[in-house]
Amino acid sequence: MNNNDIVLRVEDIHKSFGGNEVLRGVSFDVRRGETKVFIGPSGTGKSTLLRCINQLTPPDRGTVWLDGEEVTNSGARINYFRQKIGMVFQNFFLFDHLTAVKNVELALLKVRGMGKAEAREKALTELRQVGLEDWADHYPAELSGGQAQRVSIARALAMDPDVILFDEPTSALDPELTREVLEVMKKLARNGMTMLVVTHEMGFACSVANEVLFMENGVVAEQGSPDLLLHDPRFTRMKDFIGRIDSRMDD
Amino acid sequence: MEQAVFFFEILLPALMQGLVVTLQLIACSAPFGLALGIAVAVGRQYGNPVISWLCKTYVFLIKGTPLLLLLFILYFGLPSIGITFTAFVASVVGFILCNGAYNAEYIRGALISIKEGQMVAAQALGMTRWQAIRNVILPQALCRAIPGLSNEFIYLIKYSSLAYMITVIELSGAGKLVATKYFTYTESFAAVGIVYLVLVSITTIAVTILEKRVAVPGTARATPSAQL
Repeated sequence: MNNNDIVLRVEDIHKSFGGNEVLRGVSFDVRRGETKVFIGPSGTGKSTLLRCINQLTPPDRGTVWLDGEEVTNSGARINYFRQKIGMVFQNFFLFDHLTAVKNVELALLKVRGMGKAEAREKALTELRQVGLEDWADHYPAELSGGQAQRVSIARALAMDPDVILFDEPTSALDPELTREVLEVMKKLARNGMTMLVVTHEMGFACSVANEVLFMENGVVAEQGSPDLLLHDPRFTRMKDFIGRIDSRMDD
Repeated sequence: MEQAVFFFEILLPALMQGLVVTLQLIACSAPFGLALGIAVAVGRQYGNPVISWLCKTYVFLIKGTPLLLLLFILYFGLPSIGITFTAFVASVVGFILCNGAYNAEYIRGALISIKEGQMVAAQALGMTRWQAIRNVILPQALCRAIPGLSNEFIYLIKYSSLAYMITVIELSGAGKLVATKYFTYTESFAAVGIVYLVLVSITTIAVTILEKRVAVPGTARATPSAQL
């Protein structure tokens, strides 16, 4: 694997809502195939950061680069970049009126302009990836939370993104369903998908993340390999934080 | 015996002729009324401030004035500025404008009820706002608007009788002519009422079937009994 090329560069992102400055200058580089995990107390701008990357929430200041092209200030071209930057949401946001397979193929048909047969085949392939081929014709309301989240991962994968943003993908799920979603994400990481993951799952972070970014008050407070942040005495803040939350080392 | 002759040879044929006109009025108005309703609802909800204001004002004007007044203006008023419609066309235009305004309100209510995440997810996949509205938001909103839209369609069936006020001999008009000529007000208007009842009943049944068809499996809407 070519590990040295930077696929995503985030520089000095600032974002305020009203008078509340949620992000106060966040920068990092993401190499192809890398998994970065963002951890930190609620309200420290982790989800906002992800939304700033694909411009669902335009940042006040700072730039985002994908493969050397500027994503920020890209005008109508943002829709091109969003195809390349997949996103998975805490509450899945599956299209409620469409079956699983149609959820996955909709953007292939409408955004990529793919033919029907080709789109269907690709959608079924992606559903197979997440172990849900048999559920292709079920509607979101007929799926468990874990299944729904896997469908939404398949939907993101279908666009062949360069990177996928996971915004607390398991926070709405109970432990058992969390496990099935994390298994899928681990498989993606192993297969070389580039992923940015906002999560509270320390087990996942430790076993998959190349780097953990601990965020506090709108900045990256600590940054390093999971091992380093957990065991090196120079780093204390993330350990403090983990001590405070109910962490399940479920791996 | 004489009653039967009156009914089968005079009243019924007249009403059937009127019914054909009523059905023509509805068939010409309803599809455009629906299209207008969708356009106005989307324009008001997602359009730029100018379009949104125009849509809002249109709905305000139609909601705030009697349909009969609109028909009078279209048929009797417009010729004075050089626009002349036949009575039938004036009726259809009036019904489309009226139907569209109320449909727009039902559809707007449904648009608002669609959770924001649907739009966010669509845009995150690279859809433009318009693609998201067209492929994700509207299909869901229209399904939710069916009860309101069908209500409005039933109103259309009934207010189509106003066309008689600008000389279109539709169902009510045909009944009125027979009633006056033969002095049979109760029988004639009761018969007219029954025909409307039949039309509305057919609509109600059709809507029930439609709602079942478009219901999304697994949701409460698909299984009303589960809610009880």
